[in-house]
Amino acid sequence: MGKIATWTRRGFIAAGGLVGGGLALGIAFAPNRLGIKGDDKALNTWVKITPDNRVTVLVPHCDMGQGSQTGLAMMLAEELDADWSLVGVQEAPALPAYANEYLVRGMLLGAAPPLILGRAVDDAVLGLTALMGLQITGGSASIRFTGELGMRTAGAAARAMLIQAAAARWGVSAGSCSAAQSMVRHAPSGRMLTFGAVAEDAALLPPPAAPALKPFAAWRIVGTSPPRFDVAAKVDGSARYAIDVVLPGMLYAAVAAAPVFGGKLLSVDSAAVEKMPGVHSVVRLDNAVAVLAAGYWQAQTALRALEPKFDDGGHGHVSSTEIDTAQSALLAKGAGSTDVKRGDAAAALAAAAHVVTADYAVPYLAHATLEPPNAVVHIVGDKCEIWTGVQDPLNARATAARAAGLPRENVTLHNCMVGGGFGRKIPDVMDFIEQAAKLGRAAAPRPVKLIWSREEDITHDYYRTAARARFQGGLNAHGQPVVWRADYTGEAGEQAAHLPYQIDNQLITGQKYANHVRTGAWRSVDHSQHGFFSESFVDELAAAAGKDAFQFRRDLLQAGSRQRAVLEMAAEKSGWGASLQAGCGRGIALTESFGSIVAEVAEVAVAPSGAVQVRRVTAVVDCGDLVHPDAATAQIEGGIMFGLAAALYGEITIENGAVTQRNFDTYRVARMVDAPAIAVYFIASHAPRGGIGEVGVPGIAPAIANAIHAACGVRMRKLPLRSVAMAAGPAPDQHASAL
Amino acid sequence: MAYDLAVNGQTHHVDADPATPLLWILREQLGLPGTKFGCGAGLCGACTVHLDGVATRSCQVPLGTVGTQQITTIEGLGTPAARHPVQKAWIDIQVPQCGYCQSGMIMAVAALLAHTAAPTDDQINTEITNICRCGTYPRVRRAIHALAQAGEATSHG
Ligand code: FES
Ligand code: FES
Repeated sequence: MGKIATWTRRGFIAAGGLVGGGLALGIAFAPNRLGIKGDDKALNTWVKITPDNRVTVLVPHCDMGQGSQTGLAMMLAEELDADWSLVGVQEAPALPAYANEYLVRGMLLGAAPPLILGRAVDDAVLGLTALMGLQITGGSASIRFTGELGMRTAGAAARAMLIQAAAARWGVSAGSCSAAQSMVRHAPSGRMLTFGAVAEDAALLPPPAAPALKPFAAWRIVGTSPPRFDVAAKVDGSARYAIDVVLPGMLYAAVAAAPVFGGKLLSVDSAAVEKMPGVHSVVRLDNAVAVLAAGYWQAQTALRALEPKFDDGGHGHVSSTEIDTAQSALLAKGAGSTDVKRGDAAAALAAAAHVVTADYAVPYLAHATLEPPNAVVHIVGDKCEIWTGVQDPLNARATAARAAGLPRENVTLHNCMVGGGFGRKIPDVMDFIEQAAKLGRAAAPRPVKLIWSREEDITHDYYRTAARARFQGGLNAHGQPVVWRADYTGEAGEQAAHLPYQIDNQLITGQKYANHVRTGAWRSVDHSQHGFFSESFVDELAAAAGKDAFQFRRDLLQAGSRQRAVLEMAAEKSGWGASLQAGCGRGIALTESFGSIVAEVAEVAVAPSGAVQVRRVTAVVDCGDLVHPDAATAQIEGGIMFGLAAALYGEITIENGAVTQRNFDTYRVARMVDAPAIAVYFIASHAPRGGIGEVGVPGIAPAIANAIHAACGVRMRKLPLRSVAMAAGPAPDQHASAL
Repeated sequence: MAYDLAVNGQTHHVDADPATPLLWILREQLGLPGTKFGCGAGLCGACTVHLDGVATRSCQVPLGTVGTQQITTIEGLGTPAARHPVQKAWIDIQVPQCGYCQSGMIMAVAALLAHTAAPTDDQINTEITNICRCGTYPRVRRAIHALAQAGEATSHG
């Protein structure tokens, strides 16, 4: 029999015995009860301690290579006082509905949770782990929320129970015992027992209601960088992604959706194609056509031979030029809703000694995860199994159920390793799952693997919004900024447009611009455009004031603030101010996103041809305490490369309502040759833990643009930067002037 | 058409359209999914294998043109028990993030180091043109230099 303790009002701890001896302990809680913005969803955590003294942490997040599974297990092992060499992880499965859904509902409603732990205990473990899929990876949330609230508490609770069980066996008080390296010790008598030896006894105890967490001074696992659990399988081809799943009798599907978003399939003549070798069938979907065949290449070849007719949903006239014009017109109208209002911007602009204005623009961007969208679906009767790699398995399951016309509990989702997410594999953008489920219906009872071509991926993404901003900044007679006015359009920017700087008069407004082009979250979300906008314009103000770009920013940050410390360290580590060759320059940017503060300094060389080469990037990050410094460093490096690719090359354009780019030849991304030397430094501020996966992205575009200005005097106000000569032409938004 | 392919030291009998890209033969018919599909157009390198030791993008190699060339895939480069030095360096330096590009990246680097033991940064930039969307490039470079140094140490030591 297992037991559940209410762990304050925020959630509860459940514990029980494992078949074969051992302790299982779980935590479930609702983030919205903790005042964390988000859905009405539960997070939870499980740990198993088996008689062989091994610790298995069930992690409720997929790991896209951020090291979050390793990091989460470290947080649990820390509080447990486990021997790290005995710790392993398992990703929690997204199981079909189970008693647990009532558990979640009960918990969210504040009702007492039903006792689900009375049955075979592995059932109970599985039952609760099914909840885990409810949390998505994204928003840099994994380590912050699951780790702080779930893992640490679970580790501390299990530790307390193990100590209590050992103390009982020895007939001593729990207070006279301690734990270290997966052992409980009774110092006065010198007795020791492994966690594994007392796990079964511990499973009979009630979980503690308020387990005590260690102070950071006592940490010895968190803050080190053991090898990540996921790496070894990724070097020998044994890591399995959904695209690698093979089932007996499986068909392969290639799909082409209407080129213009919102378009529908009008007709397709499939007679000839159906006779092509290996072709099983041609399937017509509402807005797409697919070919099912014995092999993927056969499916693709047959698909290319089809000449489907789609309508354009009435959007065939839309082009990037039109979008630019529409967004500019919105800004000119100036009817945005107020995001920030401080002081009196209008009066301050009128009174300023010097006013600077500028327009900025960024294009749509694709995610282009290297593993293209794909899924395997197997429908037999009224049961459906699906294999895919997504950031939110339970949401994917719901999407598949809807598309297959089955109740959710009839759908089992196997989440696989994810070959890149960046926001493409989150809720609301799971069109490929929907397609796969429909094709699974058509193929039933045979399984089918849908793989999007790269062309399908680039042309049918949910893009980072195209956006524009218009700035007016005013300096007083001493060159100090007294007013900041920003109007932006695109998707809502909100917090992302806020400034870390102290400027007395601020007015920031936003206007939503929407059209038929599908947009979605893209690594760092709105910060990706607002970082570029704001940090470029701050640089313009510094230039107008005749001040050094670093000093100008520093003077606007409060003494002793985390922001100032980060900025100063970036200047120091990058050798800010030291002379560079002709044609080279440094640019700095300070951004704040997902609770982390990042300063980046880029050093660029601008060739006489106008080609831009980023040579060196220095990043300083304050994300609170670090769990796994090496994985965090890799995330910042990756974020910088992701942002750099977009800053230099990333551009999705629209012609006749459809995306122009097709593959990596036309949608250019970064390669080895583009990779600068990157140095990452952390400031361990012990502030609340911030995100790490996305926070390296926003600062790199402005740092590069500012460096280009320092190198050659050209101010780049439109991404991508690509080449300076090109953009220095008479583009209408290059008109910034000092009034 | 029937073919005998020499893959990872073994002969495999394959019957398929000669135009089928080697990538899909490896993945779908020979059960070697370590070689990845990223673009199908020779642009990303996720599908890189060795043909007689030369790094080659298998999505661009029609089955009918393979002939007797020795094919090595990531599965044949090394195993967990006997890892190739590049695989070891990849673990030491913790190169992979999502990992999807890494089979191709490792194959490309192994081929480069086989003919240029200590490549310069320029050589690396020219020879390694694989795409990694997770941005592991700085670590790829570090790992290559570490391998070059270790190679020097062994040959001089
Ligand atoms: S899949 Fe062959 S190069 Fe991209
Ligand atoms: S590690 Fe993800 S694409 Fe390279």
